[in-house]
Amino acid sequence: MTTVEEQLLPSADPVQLVDEHGKRHDNPQYGMPPVEALVDGYAQLVVGRRINDQASALVRQGRLAVYPSSHGQEACQVAATMVLGEQDWLFPTYRDTVSIVSRGVDPIETLTLLRGDWHSGYDPYERKVAPQSTPLATQLIHAVGVAHAARLKGEDTVVMALCGDGATSEGDFHEALNFAAVFKAPVVFFIQNNEYAISVPLARQTVAPSLAHKGIGYGIPGERADGNDLAGLLSVLGSAVAKARAGEGPQLVEAHTYRVQAHTNADDATRYRNEAEVQPWLERDPLKRLDAYLTTEGLLDDAHRSEATAVADKVAEDLRVGLMQEVSPDPAELFAHLYATPTPQLVEQAAFLQDELSREEA
Amino acid sequence: MAHEKLSMAQALNQALRDAMKADDTVLMFGEDVGALGGVFRITDGLTAEFGEDRCFDTPLAESGIVGMAVGLAMNGMRPVVEMQFDAFGYPAFEQVVSHVAKMRNRTRGKVSLPIVIRMPYAGGIGGVEHHCDSSESYYAHTPGLTVVAPSTVADAYTLLRRAIEFPDPVIFMEPKKLYWAKEEVDLGVAEPGIGTAVVRREGTDATLIAYGPSVPIALEAASAAAAEGRSLQVVDVRSIVPFDDSTVCEAVRSTGRAVVVAEASGFASVSSEIVARVTERCFHSLAAPIRRVTGFDIPYPPPKLERHQLPGVDRILDAVDSLQWEDS
Ligand SMILES: Cc1ncc(C[n+]2csc(CCOP(=O)(O)OP(=O)(O)O)c2C)c(N)n1
Repeated sequence: MTTVEEQLLPSADPVQLVDEHGKRHDNPQYGMPPVEALVDGYAQLVVGRRINDQASALVRQGRLAVYPSSHGQEACQVAATMVLGEQDWLFPTYRDTVSIVSRGVDPIETLTLLRGDWHSGYDPYERKVAPQSTPLATQLIHAVGVAHAARLKGEDTVVMALCGDGATSEGDFHEALNFAAVFKAPVVFFIQNNEYAISVPLARQTVAPSLAHKGIGYGIPGERADGNDLAGLLSVLGSAVAKARAGEGPQLVEAHTYRVQAHTNADDATRYRNEAEVQPWLERDPLKRLDAYLTTEGLLDDAHRSEATAVADKVAEDLRVGLMQEVSPDPAELFAHLYATPTPQLVEQAAFLQDELSREEA
Repeated sequence: MAHEKLSMAQALNQALRDAMKADDTVLMFGEDVGALGGVFRITDGLTAEFGEDRCFDTPLAESGIVGMAVGLAMNGMRPVVEMQFDAFGYPAFEQVVSHVAKMRNRTRGKVSLPIVIRMPYAGGIGGVEHHCDSSESYYAHTPGLTVVAPSTVADAYTLLRRAIEFPDPVIFMEPKKLYWAKEEVDLGVAEPGIGTAVVRREGTDATLIAYGPSVPIALEAASAAAAEGRSLQVVDVRSIVPFDDSTVCEAVRSTGRAVVVAEASGFASVSSEIVARVTERCFHSLAAPIRRVTGFDIPYPPPKLERHQLPGVDRILDAVDSLQWEDS
């Protein structure tokens, strides 16, 4: 008989199947994901890295207003969507561009928010990806709602709800966990613990032994994984999704990773941490280690690599070309999407703006 | 004191520093206000100067930040808290409305809460979603709150010092697009207190009533109008609650015409309140109905469209032109 604590407690150390040197570590509970998944995952990591770096460059060129990069966190981003089925939902935040792209959303549509031409550029229903949430933790409760509706409708849907370490301090995080547990909603709460919330280190968010422990008080099993190890993440998240799908209720997974770059281009990370702290994390890079592992196993060769690079090159080029095009969103749309039927006041204001614009042109 | 070129951000920083020096019960806390100095650097250097007990980072929880300020104030402290951006104050709304605003009333005057809730507000900086709200009307609508918004560097200093000394909770709205503009100023508590509006430009033909980020726009409009021979007066409301009926009404009576300028959506807003109050008090002095130039009644638009939302000089001048002039 296992005790309640044993059922709910995360493992003592983050689950790791491939270490930073690319060496395999077997785990009694979590098996190595299939080879094809790892090779596919590798290619997605390469694309993800390129998106991060290309988008950051586009900010410097003034093509994007801002970009919160997930450089170094790509394994979390890719794993979070690889474990989902088509019927499942993703609830991302502003930092989860790569995850959204990995889910199949057009990269340019994904960047619309950060480009400044509309608040969200994609249709959430198309790929079952909610709009990227900027207010922290607020989307987690929506995720619970979507999952609960799915249960009521008898759909076989799991919801992957993403947030950062800082967001776990918000009240909404706690309300989301509790609701999910009470309604036994099939949600996987996936915390990317990258050690910082802008300038504030994890120690200032919590003194809990880990963020995965936060599930216990709500009756939600917690687990933690090395956030730079795609293999471990696929196994842990895959198992969480399977449990949620099997009706075991919500699951909580914490990935231990690190924000190797600044919060956004507007942030000055030297004010609150020194470079020496960052260095070791660069050596734990998710790409390098998977490359090393797959190479040793004879599963990855230069052909794979150049194929992945070619795909990434194409994505980067599309981004450059797509974002180079000046967009001028139609001001009339400002009034178009507030109500199913616009109020008389909005109709009047739309006409006012039209008139003003036509006078500008004249 | 020598005149110095200072930005509003620097003036606010100096006000915090001086207030913390003057009174060691003043505490500053919030998200990223410590080592980083706040995302707008308003708290720059305060932790270094006053220590971690006086200026500190909290867990990321706005409701927690404001709720803790309530308890601290109940127990003798003067908390100044920062909401990182206007729209991130909403998770704390419950604390603000149910507790911050009502404590004095509920306790029949026994408990007062000298709290300042600072927040960068409004737009014009190309920010993404949730970073450019004008939320002053929510707060102004809530009895028990004092709501102020500076528009000049000197006034930012004065108003923040006064807000920190104030016996009741103050919602301190900082127009973020004015953070960096520099003015030559002598810092000191030179401007009038909370509850007073000031005339920023004299004029005889019509009165522009504005606050916060709209004041510089109104002044610009007045300069443009002067070039065309029309003399516009500009009143800076400064203190939204309490509202200075007498300065504003005296100004409107002197010209007989008025336009209210504000960035927030106009419907059910501070600007509507101003029109109502002035109409009630000055009806017989008015030569024309009061006009408003406000944001449209839409969520704050993305950066590429924000210029359509913000009140600009042309809209103000058009509104002025529509005030039933005899010669037109
Ligand atoms: C309710 C709310 N408060 C404040 C902010 C401002 N803000 C944006 S990102 C951020 C830090 C979030 O840190 P974390 O949750 O760890 O995620 P990360 O950025 O590291 O991915 C803050 C404070 C916000 N977006 N929402």
